[in-house]
Amino acid sequence: MRTVVTVATLASALALTLGALPAHAQSTLDAVKSKGFVQCGVNTGLAGFSQPDSKGEWKGLDVDVCRAVAAAVFGDATKVRYTPLTAQQRFTALQSGEIDILSRNTTWTLSRDTSLGLNFAGVDYYDGQGFMVPKKLNVKSAKQLNGATICVQPGTTTELNLADYFRANNMKFKPVVIEKLEEVTNAFFSGRCDVYTTDVSGLVSTRGTRAPNPADYVILPEVISKEPLGPVVRHGDDQWFDIVKWSLFAMIDAEEMGLRSDNIDQHMGSKNPGIQRFVGESGDLGKMLGLDPKWSYNIVKQVGNYGESFDRNLKPLGFERGLNALWTKGGLMYAPPMR
Amino acid sequence: MQASLRDARFRALVFQLVALAAVIAAGVYLVSNTATNLEARNIASGFGFLQREAGFAIGETTLIQYSPADTYLRALAVGLANTFRVALLGIVLATIVGTLVGLARLSTNWLVSRLATLYVEVLRNVPLLVQLFFWYAIISENLPSPRAALNPLPGVFLSNRGIALPTLVYEIAHAWVLGAFLVGVLLAWRVSVWARRRQARTGAQFHAFWTGLGLVLGLPLLAFLLAGAPAQLELPALAGFNFSGGATLTPEFAALLAGLTIYTAAFIAEIVRAGVLAVQRGQFEAADALGLRRGLAMRLVVLPQALRVIVPPLTSQYLNLTKNSSLAVAIGYPDIVSIANTAINQTGQAIEGIAIIMAVYLTISLSISAFMNWYNKRIALVER
Repeated sequence: MRTVVTVATLASALALTLGALPAHAQSTLDAVKSKGFVQCGVNTGLAGFSQPDSKGEWKGLDVDVCRAVAAAVFGDATKVRYTPLTAQQRFTALQSGEIDILSRNTTWTLSRDTSLGLNFAGVDYYDGQGFMVPKKLNVKSAKQLNGATICVQPGTTTELNLADYFRANNMKFKPVVIEKLEEVTNAFFSGRCDVYTTDVSGLVSTRGTRAPNPADYVILPEVISKEPLGPVVRHGDDQWFDIVKWSLFAMIDAEEMGLRSDNIDQHMGSKNPGIQRFVGESGDLGKMLGLDPKWSYNIVKQVGNYGESFDRNLKPLGFERGLNALWTKGGLMYAPPMR
Repeated sequence: MQASLRDARFRALVFQLVALAAVIAAGVYLVSNTATNLEARNIASGFGFLQREAGFAIGETTLIQYSPADTYLRALAVGLANTFRVALLGIVLATIVGTLVGLARLSTNWLVSRLATLYVEVLRNVPLLVQLFFWYAIISENLPSPRAALNPLPGVFLSNRGIALPTLVYEIAHAWVLGAFLVGVLLAWRVSVWARRRQARTGAQFHAFWTGLGLVLGLPLLAFLLAGAPAQLELPALAGFNFSGGATLTPEFAALLAGLTIYTAAFIAEIVRAGVLAVQRGQFEAADALGLRRGLAMRLVVLPQALRVIVPPLTSQYLNLTKNSSLAVAIGYPDIVSIANTAINQTGQAIEGIAIIMAVYLTISLSISAFMNWYNKRIALVER
């Protein structure tokens, strides 16, 4: 009988210990430092934002945000590992802790910011949703799309805006919903759909890199939504949230101050107090974030400022700065002061 | 009973209780830990989202009306209906194709049996996902655009938007025809029961099959003619971007149905072949000796014995086909998994969404399995 009691006690003790284990809460910064790299969720392949080049190195504006965070944390922009994610996988990957940052042309909306348990750490590209059609259909406006078959990726704001737009304009459409970017664009270019819809940046990038002949396709003039795209982190770790947010802001502030990867070394020892703070020669901005004093210097030196990243990744594909110009030049890129 | 571990029965009971407690404790831990973490990260939970407006459109809404203004619950119901549609049709077609191929492999005709062997060996050894992409590519890349659609039969159009077919415009007379059909089925069944009893009693045979066929086909035809043969066809016509009017089989549905049918049929063919081979030669010879003709010998002697071998593995093929229909996601057919995935992404409630998918497949699978077990029991060897 004694044995029975012992076994029962052990079993219940085990159950109690398991049940009482707290939700483990190591800070993301500590976890990232101890593993030695930033795990970054990116698009499976959207030219200009995140796509591996011929050498297998990830390139793009969204990728540069990841590299900036790595430069801030480690002083080495190469300490990033990438997880290519579809639109449907991205939030679960972030929520479950599989990735540290989601930088995958993701639209900031209220419901994502709240009920998904996420925080948007700023905007790295101001976008809007558009429509692309083959030229031979002779369509001039989105208002003429009644009855069209439309290719769209599931689990996106695009899918919802599309339905809203057609409801608002009392038109009908047939969606063809395919998860993988490659498959959905194939379906469009093979003629399965009349229209492909996504953010205008995605349309430009897809037309430029995947169309059999880019001149055969037009992007309609209507932009039907606001799509502020930005990096996302998990809710509940404010320090990590701050680091990602200010890594992006540092890129934008650097452009405003005229600091570039090729000239920042000449600004060391500058008399300008703003630049002194930026390069870590005065003040303790780095310490406030829990980072090295040279964190923002490293970002600019290794990744470049926002404008450099834009020119390197998006300009060759035919993107205009437009809304994404600095606020001083009529755009929306505006970062809070670094002081 | 003495409460001691030396008592084998008591010991067994204790170990079972301990095991049960451990399983329950693990379950409680998983649930409470998940709830705590969701709470801590401020992630919404619960099934309240099912009543919210879905806001996204669905491409195929044949059986259930749906618009983006409807709820997530309705969107999921549409997905479920689409899963049922492709799975049921797939099961019926795969059984027919599989049986034919299986019998073809047993054929004494060299060419027929080799072709059937080739079919089985190629199709069951290529992954289903690859086959689905293959069929989808064939349909969407090779067929022309709607404006240049193929028109093999009047009113039938083949294009990369799918197959547009004419439909019958519904009239009240059609309900009478359907009613007559059901009455015909009922009567045919009664006739066959009566004929079997009479044959058992008196030995006199009755052409129950032909009488039944006459009833099942003749009564609806009679009703149709009496109602004045109302058959107004709605023909698909090119309007704007696409065909409107009539019915359309989308490329996604066609590719998925073709893939599931052809792939599963290869397995069913082997099951059918094995079932027939399992019936001993002596049974054929005995039937022959009794003077039964070939067809009758097959129907009365061989098939009932073969079915006993066929049904259990056939059940698992039906389950496989139903579960494989979730590969629909890859080619954009809006089945339950595709819709639930979208819902998960729009609401962020992954755990609830996955739970719904699991519950759906579990229910479907257990239902198929219960039905097939019942059928298996019916045809099992009755020992007297």
